[in-house]
Amino acid sequence: MPNYENVYLARPDVSAQQVEALTERFTQIVAEQGGKVTKNEYWGLRSLSYRIRKNRKAHYSLLNIDAPPAAVKELERNMRINEDVIRYLTVLVEALEEGPSAMMQSKSSRDDRPRGGGRRRDRDREDEYDPAERAAREAAAREPREPRAEVTE
Amino acid sequence: MGRRPFFRRQKTCPFSGPTAPKIDYKDIKLLQRFISERGKIVPSRISAVSAKKQRALSQAIKRARVLALLPYLIK
Repeated sequence: MPNYENVYLARPDVSAQQVEALTERFTQIVAEQGGKVTKNEYWGLRSLSYRIRKNRKAHYSLLNIDAPPAAVKELERNMRINEDVIRYLTVLVEALEEGPSAMMQSKSSRDDRPRGGGRRRDRDREDEYDPAERAAREAAAREPREPRAEVTE
Repeated sequence: MGRRPFFRRQKTCPFSGPTAPKIDYKDIKLLQRFISERGKIVPSRISAVSAKKQRALSQAIKRARVLALLPYLIK
């Protein structure tokens, strides 16, 4: 059976649980048509690049589907009917990727990195240094052969 | 080394080679590097993306636009 990736956007005023329920329903629809949802991802409430039906944000969900074309047709029909779904996109792919998609990866890496970039923070921290310590550091930089312990003393 | 006045270094496609990233419409961080300030797709003569990869890239960007992951235009 062909592989599909389906991303749908749900209205921002429904809760994450309701989106979960929606995903559940779509999974069921695919299953009824003899297909299978191999993976689903919830990307969370993201802001949109442009307004869709007066919404500035939406809940993004990804479904990896292994199902006959009829199942996808039925799924898309239901998505059009459902008013909570403001947009969807189904893409035929050669192979479904396993593990977290690029979206999940970028999200997790963004979480552990503070905003504003690391370099600026370093500079700020350097300004807080004691001037004497800074002079010592600079001296150490000029004479790299000198043992470090002596310089700091 | 005969450096001609308008010498241009041979650029290589960022999507070829062993460590090349995969073009994916979900990878906005990657795609964002190939759109201009206005949100237009950067021509391959500037980004040095090969013709084949440029086609795949442009499709990925267009898909990302449908999902509002990328803008159609930035005003």
